[in-house]
Amino acid sequence: MRIPVSWLIQQLQLNEEHRDLTAEQIADAFVRVGMEVEEISTLGPVTGPLVVGRVAEITELTEFKKPIRFVTVEIGDPEDTDSDEPVSTQVICGATNFVEGDLVVVALPGAVLPGDFKITARETYGRTSKGMICSARELGLGDDHAGIMVLPTGEIAPGDDAIDLLGLTDKVIELALTPDRGYCFSVRGLARELACAFDLRMVDPAAIEVPEADSEAVPVTIEDTDGCARFVVRRVTGVDPTAPTPWWIHRRLMLAGIRSISLAVDITNYVMLEMGQPMHAFDTTKLRGGLTIRRAKAGEKLVTLDDVTRTLDPDDIVVCDESGPISLAGVMGGASTEVSAESTDILLEAAIWDPASIARAVRRHKLPSEASKRFERVVDPALPPVALERAARLLREFGEGSIQPGRTDVGNPTAPAPITIAMDLPDRVAGVRYDRGVTVSRLQQIGCLVDVGTGEDGKPNVTAHPPTWRADLNQPADLVEEVLRLQGYDTIPSVLPPAPAGQGLSPKQRRQRAVSRALAESGYVEVLPFPFVAKTVWDQLGLAADDIRRRTLSVSNPLEADRAELASTLLPGMLDVLSRNVSRGAKDVSIFHIGQVVLPRTERVPMPEVGVDGRPSDEEIVQLNGTLPVQPAHVAVVLAGHRQRAGWWGKGEQASWADAVEAAKLVARAAGVELSVHKADLAPWHPGRCAQLRVGGFPVGHAGELHPKVTEAMGLPARTCAMEIDLDALPLTEHRPVPHVSPYPPVLLDVALVVDDEVPAAELSDALRAGGGELLEDLSLFDVFTGEQVGEGKRSLAYSLRFRAPDRTLTVDEATTARDAAVASAAERFGAALRA
Amino acid sequence: MSGANDPYDPKEVAALSPETLQAAVEKAREEFSAAADLDALAAVKPAHLGDKSPLLQARREIGALPPKARSEAGKRVNEAQGLINAAFDERRAALQVERDERVLREEGVDVTLPWDRVPRGARHPLTTLSERVADVFVGMGYEVAEGPEVETEWFNFDALNFKKDHPARTMQDTFYVEPENSGLVLRTHTSPVQIRSLLDRDLPVYVVCPGRVYRTDALDATHTPVFHQVEGLAVDKGLTMAHLKGTLDAFARAMFGPDARVRLRPSFFPFTEPSAELDVWFAEKKGGPGWIEWGGCGMVNPNVLRACGVDPEVYSGFAFGMGLERTLQFRNGIPDMRDMVEGDVRFTLPFGTEA
Repeated sequence: MRIPVSWLIQQLQLNEEHRDLTAEQIADAFVRVGMEVEEISTLGPVTGPLVVGRVAEITELTEFKKPIRFVTVEIGDPEDTDSDEPVSTQVICGATNFVEGDLVVVALPGAVLPGDFKITARETYGRTSKGMICSARELGLGDDHAGIMVLPTGEIAPGDDAIDLLGLTDKVIELALTPDRGYCFSVRGLARELACAFDLRMVDPAAIEVPEADSEAVPVTIEDTDGCARFVVRRVTGVDPTAPTPWWIHRRLMLAGIRSISLAVDITNYVMLEMGQPMHAFDTTKLRGGLTIRRAKAGEKLVTLDDVTRTLDPDDIVVCDESGPISLAGVMGGASTEVSAESTDILLEAAIWDPASIARAVRRHKLPSEASKRFERVVDPALPPVALERAARLLREFGEGSIQPGRTDVGNPTAPAPITIAMDLPDRVAGVRYDRGVTVSRLQQIGCLVDVGTGEDGKPNVTAHPPTWRADLNQPADLVEEVLRLQGYDTIPSVLPPAPAGQGLSPKQRRQRAVSRALAESGYVEVLPFPFVAKTVWDQLGLAADDIRRRTLSVSNPLEADRAELASTLLPGMLDVLSRNVSRGAKDVSIFHIGQVVLPRTERVPMPEVGVDGRPSDEEIVQLNGTLPVQPAHVAVVLAGHRQRAGWWGKGEQASWADAVEAAKLVARAAGVELSVHKADLAPWHPGRCAQLRVGGFPVGHAGELHPKVTEAMGLPARTCAMEIDLDALPLTEHRPVPHVSPYPPVLLDVALVVDDEVPAAELSDALRAGGGELLEDLSLFDVFTGEQVGEGKRSLAYSLRFRAPDRTLTVDEATTARDAAVASAAERFGAALRA
Repeated sequence: MSGANDPYDPKEVAALSPETLQAAVEKAREEFSAAADLDALAAVKPAHLGDKSPLLQARREIGALPPKARSEAGKRVNEAQGLINAAFDERRAALQVERDERVLREEGVDVTLPWDRVPRGARHPLTTLSERVADVFVGMGYEVAEGPEVETEWFNFDALNFKKDHPARTMQDTFYVEPENSGLVLRTHTSPVQIRSLLDRDLPVYVVCPGRVYRTDALDATHTPVFHQVEGLAVDKGLTMAHLKGTLDAFARAMFGPDARVRLRPSFFPFTEPSAELDVWFAEKKGGPGWIEWGGCGMVNPNVLRACGVDPEVYSGFAFGMGLERTLQFRNGIPDMRDMVEGDVRFTLPFGTEA
């Protein structure tokens, strides 16, 4: 909300101490009581001759590409022969929104406009331009750059000093208001906050006498009492439709960022800014019969002021006459009853609407407005007759209208309920001992009627009756906040509470850190890609039509329309990041990510209706959680280019499937679990270079080289490799080893086994280990050989076996027996033969 | 040495004469010294210390001497032998030192050659920052709580005192999950974890909740639709706003040094009442020390406690939260938030594994 400082100050009863409040002091005060100040803008600055001018003659210059006007402007009284000042000047102008006779603002040579824009007489478009006629933005008055600023006629004359007239020494404060403080969307509310902040009294613009009504203006029926708490109308007849808006109203609207439209509309907007009550004006002559307030019927249509035909929703509140809906309540009026340039008979409406209904209608019709912004929050239900009185008087004063005696005022607005708190509750919440009387005086200051009493415990308490504009005050904590913020948060001391006995990180949290560190220490760079993916990515990854990973949840309002799916695997995001790095010139990229993936449940569970008045039942909590997708934490790596770089030492080593498997083993080691590797065939991996990773017999992920078709489809480096593991699927075994270190020497024996080349090395090793028994301390594969010597379709795997006994020096005979048993096991399971 | 025709005089054997022995010693010393390396020394060794050496030849003649002269001659030969041995050992030791020095010298390399075959890795600074925050609070006795990113509206809004259709709900720029009215959203803050903690844990509760959250802000230099927050929640008997301030001051000092402190400004959040915006005094602020907007905080709204079955007449609590991207941005002076989210490894690498 933007508001000129001069207006705010006018609503304060200044005392000696605050005689000369500056914009900065006012901004500080707002911040202190909880209004966020976005900006203080200084108008202008403008120096030098800036005067009011009357457009005397317009010559259209047509020889240029765009319309150019050569304008003669009167800047003095031609009758006044005593003055030496020139009475007119001639300027070139590119705007066309003014006509002869209009009053405009003229910057004469020697003037300096905002941005150090010096005005001089100059030759342009073949004429001499002696000055400039200005737009509001050129004068630093706002963002309106639609054309030249045309001033209302009446009290202003050519030659008047425009710097004073425009109030260019004023400042404008822009506030970001929190949604609870509906009453602050007005000068009335803001002045009240300033009055509290400075301990001053305010001039309440709503403190005006509203005469008793002796009759109705028009008959009104509220059918929808939930949607409309109060509806008040007043009629003003004989309004001069050509009467200009007085300059001071025009100026305040302009500085608040609202454009001047017509006297009637400007007045309703002005009173809205002043008091916070949005209003609507109907052309009375266009109404058919009495008014009814109800919800719209399905399929009903309304042409709104912007000439758009809107199909109404049964949740929309509408004002109807006998012709049907004529206004979308609180949001936008209808075209059929609009106040036009000929309207003289005006029916002013001020109402109180249900905030939630208005909020829904605004979203449904995408029609946010100054009025709806206020109705969505809360409008003081005492205001409608007051605001109407004010508006009607302004119409009478400036539009020559005559206020009709009747007023219709229907509805049942509710007053906020009284709240009782212990007198010292603010002290106990703040942790401060406030002076006596603070609770009462602060609550009175915000407009509460306060009764002091004694609670059941015999201690003093306070019953506050919130003012009508404070519907946001409805529990003790709300009153506490008022006391604390007005006393100042800076008076609250800093006290560290005694430490509870925490248990440190959970095993799962420690594990995630260990995994993250292990991967980083071994050369992977952590990335944090977004989880949004396109549906098309599953085809690029070559997933089968029935692949479970194609089942995704999606968001209904994605930022990028084609990326609405929530990733069921980390790989698409990781591959995006890889592409970005490669496109920026990186060649060797190893990255990792730990993040949640989203796996929808197979059946949609309806969302239970759960209240907030107390703890939900255990059953309700289970139901709520049952609606959520499964969201396990995954860890993934992606590698491309060299895993070991080339350099002066020689060739590098291409990242391979083996590095991806090694990364999985790193993760398993950091997580303290044993991982076994099995041959698999799963997209997007290369069918011959894909490993399934298992822990305790359960599959937990995959690793290997990506399918060449995938890298091609996604434009990734050839032989990109990847690994992804479901971290949450790893058992959280407490890693508690009991190592026994034998002091006796080992016996080392080698065996080379010939097997079918389909036999996986990992399983052959398992067979050797099983046969070798307890004496086999360790084995390692040191050679893999294929060739004529071992025969077609065969390969030789050479292992080095290390035998050791825990309690004695092992003899070679014992070791040999154990080795033979190991080989026999391999022979039995895989037909392995000792290589000759 | 006895020549065939030399007159035999058992008292005077030329080979045993002091002069001859002296000459043999001199010759040996000369040749040992002349040996340039250990191989050359080994080559000349037999001539002076081998079977054919003059001294061994001379020793054979001792037997021919009359018994009286034998001991004297033997003593003379031994002395000469000792001198030659010593000369040899000395020379060998010297040559060994020389050789060792040479070998070490020859094995020298340019240790400044780059040796970075294995690529460097790094953890994302948001991860390490989040861990650091968690550690500060774990040090204060808090525990770390986590929760799902796709969340029910009940946890994300209802239980946090966001009234249906209240503008506060739309303030959060929420991503909604299909289908319409599924009641699911991408969590807009980590606050639902506060609710989960209050429902799951026994009182008192002191938790800190780091996590990834979502708002429909387009990505630019200061906004990202996917970002990280950390929130804290304490619910206990007798907690006050002074305790909130004390906790935040301690946190600020842990993060930004002994001069850091916080300032609270009145504000509004549905889940706290009173509520405050939180500024931190940052000594290294661009353009000089000053206050920086850091996050939000307040006393837990009694409505929130009630929704979790906690009696607000008995318990009170405070909560606070801040964005990690923003914290990293001002702490490290990073001008563009996009760098944090795009995953360019050149951004992350300088942070190493433990920033």
